[in-house]
Amino acid sequence: MGTKTDVWQGTLALMILKTLEMMGSQHGYGIARRIEQTSDNLLKLNYGTLYPALLKLEQEGAISSEWGISENNRKAKFYKLTRAGKRHLARGAQDWDTTKAILARFLSPAGEA
Amino acid sequence: MRQLRAAWVRLLGFFGLGATCTEFDAELASHLKLHIDENIRRGMNPTQARREATLSLGGVGKTRQAYRERSGIPVVENLLQDIRYAWRQLSKSPGFTFVAVITLAIGIGVNSALFSIVNAVLIHPLPYPEPDRLVAVHASKPNFEEGSISYPNFRDWQRENHTLAALAVARSTSFTMSGMGDTERVRGNYMSSDYFPILGVRPIAGRLFAPGEDEIGRASVVLVSAGFAQRKFGAAAESISKNITLDGRTFTIVGVLPANFNLSLRSFRTTDVYLPIGQWQTEGLTLRGAGLGIHGIARLKPGLTLQQARADMSEVSRNLAAAYPNEDRGLVANLVPLRREMVGDIQPFLLILLAAVGFVLLIACVNVANLLLARSKARAHELGVRYALGASRGRIISQLLTESTMLAVAGGGLGLLIALWGTSAALKLAPTSLPRAGEVHLSPAVLIFTATISVGTGILFGLLPALRIAGYRLQDALREGGRGVSGARSRMQNWLVIFEMASALVLLVGAGLMIRSLFALSQVDPGFRAHKILSFSMAAPYSPKNSTPAAARAYVEQVDRTIARAPGVQAVSISWDAFPMGDDDEELFWLPSEPKPANSNDMHWAVRYRVEPEFLKVMGIPLKRGRFLTDADRDPSPHVAVVDEMLARKYFGTNDPVGQQLFLNGENGDNEKVTIVGEVRHVMQWGVAEDSSNELQAQIYLPLAQLTDGQWVSADGLRPDIAVRADDSHQAAAIFPDIQAAMREMDRTAVVYGAETMDEAIAKSLATRRFLMILLSIFAALALLLACVGVYGVLSHLVGQRTQEIAIRMALGADRGSVLGWVMEHALRLSLIGAAAGLACALLLTRVVAHASIFYGVRFYDPWTLVTVMVLLMVVVALATYIPAKRATRVDPMQTLRTG
Repeated sequence: MGTKTDVWQGTLALMILKTLEMMGSQHGYGIARRIEQTSDNLLKLNYGTLYPALLKLEQEGAISSEWGISENNRKAKFYKLTRAGKRHLARGAQDWDTTKAILARFLSPAGEA
Repeated sequence: MRQLRAAWVRLLGFFGLGATCTEFDAELASHLKLHIDENIRRGMNPTQARREATLSLGGVGKTRQAYRERSGIPVVENLLQDIRYAWRQLSKSPGFTFVAVITLAIGIGVNSALFSIVNAVLIHPLPYPEPDRLVAVHASKPNFEEGSISYPNFRDWQRENHTLAALAVARSTSFTMSGMGDTERVRGNYMSSDYFPILGVRPIAGRLFAPGEDEIGRASVVLVSAGFAQRKFGAAAESISKNITLDGRTFTIVGVLPANFNLSLRSFRTTDVYLPIGQWQTEGLTLRGAGLGIHGIARLKPGLTLQQARADMSEVSRNLAAAYPNEDRGLVANLVPLRREMVGDIQPFLLILLAAVGFVLLIACVNVANLLLARSKARAHELGVRYALGASRGRIISQLLTESTMLAVAGGGLGLLIALWGTSAALKLAPTSLPRAGEVHLSPAVLIFTATISVGTGILFGLLPALRIAGYRLQDALREGGRGVSGARSRMQNWLVIFEMASALVLLVGAGLMIRSLFALSQVDPGFRAHKILSFSMAAPYSPKNSTPAAARAYVEQVDRTIARAPGVQAVSISWDAFPMGDDDEELFWLPSEPKPANSNDMHWAVRYRVEPEFLKVMGIPLKRGRFLTDADRDPSPHVAVVDEMLARKYFGTNDPVGQQLFLNGENGDNEKVTIVGEVRHVMQWGVAEDSSNELQAQIYLPLAQLTDGQWVSADGLRPDIAVRADDSHQAAAIFPDIQAAMREMDRTAVVYGAETMDEAIAKSLATRRFLMILLSIFAALALLLACVGVYGVLSHLVGQRTQEIAIRMALGADRGSVLGWVMEHALRLSLIGAAAGLACALLLTRVVAHASIFYGVRFYDPWTLVTVMVLLMVVVALATYIPAKRATRVDPMQTLRTG
């Protein structure tokens, strides 16, 4: 694997959901590109790992999919957020914020020691 | 909720519903196209664009695998896939599969067979409700830890204890049944009312004995077995209220016991008729000091421990001893868990056998593991390919485990057939003392056991090679054609061979020691010439022919003459009390130099043989001093006795016992002074193996003709045992029909029955050991065979693998002999290491076993046995290695080196 940061599963799901919230309906390739761009290419995403994650989210009912035509006339499967997905995202984002805040307190050099 | 939904969708996916793989392929294709489009837009040429897009998608195979695992239930799907694949793999190499399955079938088969015996005998010996509350009850006396309980003591124990829900006694016996066709002997028990309720046994017709119905002087009622009712009356219900005549008395059938009732204890056995103990018309029944062979069982009150019950019963015994010091001093109720009473003797034997078959299974596993390792050369390449194509390490291990488990399950199936056959074969050899042998069958528990050990062994022998193979750098395996793996693999194989040798040696040592024990036992001199001796019992119902002492004496003399005249009979003697390897009976006595002991428990004990002058000739017992009993030793001449060397040594030291006198306590305390007229050789009363461990060794012979008048007449009629010696031209077993015919002619109402040759009696006393020896020998032979197959396999593989090396050696001048030596040396070195390890294990184990006194006349480190089995192992290993070694010498160096 590359020297870039790998994405792990739980985080990837959150990224997908956020991307779909921002972009509305999008196909797998588009989601992957968008995640890379958003991370300023710091994240190395093996595109193959995206699809099991998409499938999992769809099985859980957080996203739904349908076949459509891309901007440059290619047939592609488009994913979009469901209402459950929106709730899932809100909760996930909140959890993440909490985790971040806790970790920040541990790691900040100016701790209240 | 989300997980639930996901699980449902996955379940649909598993059955091929919902999104399919073709759809996913389309999605991936579209992904690639989109990526390529963009790359071209950025200015790559089409080839470059496609290559970059494919690379960043990662392995398509792996992605598809991950997607598939996510979309269905991967565990089950993988398993099915693995099973299909394993089936193809195994059917591709039928030779390997055949050997592996047979090996496992042997290992699993012997285990299942033995488990089915152990399950019935050791795990479920008591098919009664709440078996843990059941105890056997004996009266512990100075000479007998598990002595018999007298009837008065039984009644007092029953009344005064506070810890037993119920206490009951029984005494097995037999009766002469008349009035229904030919006069015949039926086996029966006297018992108290609570006996069957304690066991939870219910009648299939009628009722059991009512409380109090077992007391002396109550109505003559009888319970019969289902088989008896069927035979005599056609059906259980038909027999109720019918009368049968036993020993000339009429009994009314009140109940029928279920056909599946089966119990065998010291004083109780499953029989055709059961009588209330109060119906036993023997004088001894009302005597507190009598030893009539009555033993008890009891059920503890709920929630009480055995310790509490023992303490309570000891208290009861102490009170009785204080009240009746003459009879009960030193006498304590002895409570033993019923389970131990039934299986205590056989338990160590079965556990040893279980350990032995465990070893056989281990060796079988090791063999198959070895075969799998040997196959791993070819497999390493194949697995490398699978790995490269995207299979994870875990998937490869589970694939290998599936294969080994399939082998084990096939072996288990075949093993079950072996078990089915093996169990019935083993039971034919089993000693009659094996409790519940009739209940041994392939029960669900046995099937579960077999299934468990099959899967367990599959994982056990599969895991090692699987982890080994998967542990290699599989990519390297692909590159090097598996060559990098071989060093580690043969080291592992060497260890496995060593392990096999060690296990086989342990079993060989066990079997060897057992064979030596049995040989030692067969060489033991029992003190008499057993061959040609036949013993049997006679029963003549109470009648005018034996209702007075004089009539009974005359009758017995007539019996003597009749039997002596029967063809093939060389000598005959009636044996009234004890008989070697058979019944026992004791005489209490004291020496004239001692004051008369205040009570019987302070007197000396001796086994009492009440016989006729011919007894010495019948048994072939050597006379050591003085004379044996003669026809002149009859009233009114002075009473005499003959003693054995043990009694002489114990009580007279080096002095000549002849001429010394003894005071006998007599049956009812009617003291009698006897003069010793001779000394004979000690005979083994208690069985060949057990005699020396029994405390009671002294023996005394008293003339039947000097039996007191009171002992001649009994309401039971006359029931002596008779011993005869067959002459040179007849076998002991063959003369019985003529004796029967002669007796029938003499008295139609009398029966002779229960004939047994002394050879049979001795064989019976060795039956358990013989059983153990035969099975251990079979298991050891199996272990040896399997271990040899293992060595053979490993060496064949070694030779195949080192053909190049052998060729080089030969090219450099090694002759065929030295190549042969090199291969054989390798095998023998492994075997020696294994044998040494096995020897250490065996010494450790046999030392433990020695405490269970299973071996006889042989030390656990018996050098003779150890050397023999070592040599045997080496010879067999040498034979097994000779074929592969010989093949090594046929290597053609030029050919091999050119093509290699």
